[in-house]
Amino acid sequence: MPTKYTTVSIPQPLHAKIEKLIAKKRGFKSVSDYVTYVLREVVAMHETKEVPEPFTSTDVEEIKQRLKALGYL
Amino acid sequence: MGESDYGCVIDQMRLSDDVPWTLPVLLQVEEGPDAKDGDELLLRSEEGAPAAVIGYEGTFRIDKKEYASKVFGTEDQAHPGVAKVYSSTGLAVSGRLKVVGRQDPGTYAEYTLSPKETRVLFAEKGWQTVVAFQTRNAPHINHEYLQKSALALVDGLFVNPVLGKKKPGDFKDEVIVDAYKALIGQYYPRNSVVMSVLHYEMQYAGPKEAIMHAIMRKNFGCTHIIIGRDHAGVGNYYRPYAAQEIFGEFPDLGIAPMFFREFYYCTKCAGIASEKTCPHGEEDRLNFSGTKLRKMFGEGEVPPKEFMRPEVAQAILAHRQPFVE
Repeated sequence: MPTKYTTVSIPQPLHAKIEKLIAKKRGFKSVSDYVTYVLREVVAMHETKEVPEPFTSTDVEEIKQRLKALGYL
Repeated sequence: MGESDYGCVIDQMRLSDDVPWTLPVLLQVEEGPDAKDGDELLLRSEEGAPAAVIGYEGTFRIDKKEYASKVFGTEDQAHPGVAKVYSSTGLAVSGRLKVVGRQDPGTYAEYTLSPKETRVLFAEKGWQTVVAFQTRNAPHINHEYLQKSALALVDGLFVNPVLGKKKPGDFKDEVIVDAYKALIGQYYPRNSVVMSVLHYEMQYAGPKEAIMHAIMRKNFGCTHIIIGRDHAGVGNYYRPYAAQEIFGEFPDLGIAPMFFREFYYCTKCAGIASEKTCPHGEEDRLNFSGTKLRKMFGEGEVPPKEFMRPEVAQAILAHRQPFVE
């Protein structure tokens, strides 16, 4: 099943600047391609900060005991 | 992985929710289960232990030719990953998986840490930055230099050898573990390195598998991963540095690659050098093909110390047949 796409508006002068930029750089097929790349980078940066560790303090104590028993700590 | 994710992965290298994911993970069966949508089915390990529950959502057929061509970049059945696709049933089960309990890793339980455990371990050690090293080989000097060059830039090194099915000629699991124990015990600072094994079957998908290797190590809590020459490659199917180039397509991986050129002992430099630092030719490099190395070990011969640490060589020679047949 192909990925679905939607439309986002950006100012025309910015669109023109990106068109010029990607004409010089390899790797981006279109302005949409470039904008998607940049947005993924920015969104990932925010998501990384927000993700909590997937365990509780009880988990941590149990894990530390196992790590000690195995000689890692 | 369901049909929607499968389609996105082979076409876009992402899951349907836009998460980077470059290799399909399919549960293939001989025939569809006698179940209806929404049923929960128990999956068991080969030993019969409960492994996971799947919320059944139906089955779908894959086009093996399309899979091979889009994922491996070749339909040549001499490629071990392609051969496996062509020998599969082609009928995959869709549904959400829920893991049941901790899986018995079998061999090397004491060297098998879960992602939760490595995350706690790294935090306890006070490591803010951790570089992962993926390997399916016993360590040569060049691997050691690669790891130590990366370690110089971060707080800790996570050596994570892959254990599981491999191709003939690869080192056996027990040999890899013993060789690394010898190397780390003798030549690495104790508080800077952690070794834990990963039970996983290599697919030899080159660049696409390199991305999956990075995702797996991110889950273990690593901030960086070493990507060297021909990472996860086999034969001549991929360009030597294709596995480095593909990272440029993923600004949202959440783990940073560290790229290195190949290290080797240069007889003219009289030391370890790399393609980036040494001007001399291949004729000046001390290198052994897999075939030559297998012959040497078969005859009980120790490679020169410029190529492999003597302790590592002895750990390998302690095994009567160190290679997968």
